[in-house]
Amino acid sequence: MLIAKVIGATVSTIKDEKLTGRKLLILRQADETGAPFGKPYVAVDTLDAGSGDLVLTAHGSSGRQTAQTSNSPVDAVIMAVIDHLEVGGEVVYRKE
Amino acid sequence: MLIARVVGTAISTIKDPKMQGDKLLILKQTDHHGNEVGKPFVAVDLVDAGEGELVLTGHGSSARQTHLTKDCPVDAVVMAVIDHLEVDGEVVFRKE
Repeated sequence: MLIAKVIGATVSTIKDEKLTGRKLLILRQADETGAPFGKPYVAVDTLDAGSGDLVLTAHGSSGRQTAQTSNSPVDAVIMAVIDHLEVGGEVVYRKE
Repeated sequence: MLIARVVGTAISTIKDPKMQGDKLLILKQTDHHGNEVGKPFVAVDLVDAGEGELVLTGHGSSARQTHLTKDCPVDAVVMAVIDHLEVDGEVVFRKE
């Protein structure tokens, strides 16, 4: 799984019928302190994550192992919203 | 599999219902001497690994081949804690 920050949403009307009603969020990978880096990617949101939230995303066939994404043309899913991150015994990120 | 070092923990309350109770570790891939390389990722801990330890991680659909992660939206698991690493007949890492 990757740590990622929600930076926006994509809205699409014309899409595969299995994706109808699915929320598609734009994310950037983040490091262990929550700082984003790299190129954006898109994942299906199953947990109602919000903009600015730090989340975990599962990729590949693992992205289809949720009730909302099974048998769908999906390769990334948000499967956890992060409350806090601990590194070296210290809390380095806490959800606001 | 990858050799990786446990650098921290990710705590999440809002997550996929199949993942309740799973321990999520933040890891960084290492080389064969235990030096960290690359970006952090997160994996489900199957072996009660501790911070600072070197571990092995399984990725992709292979990560769902355990009782704890079967049919879960999980793409990485910690499935071994490394005692020592041998390269060219020499022990290059030993767990403290």
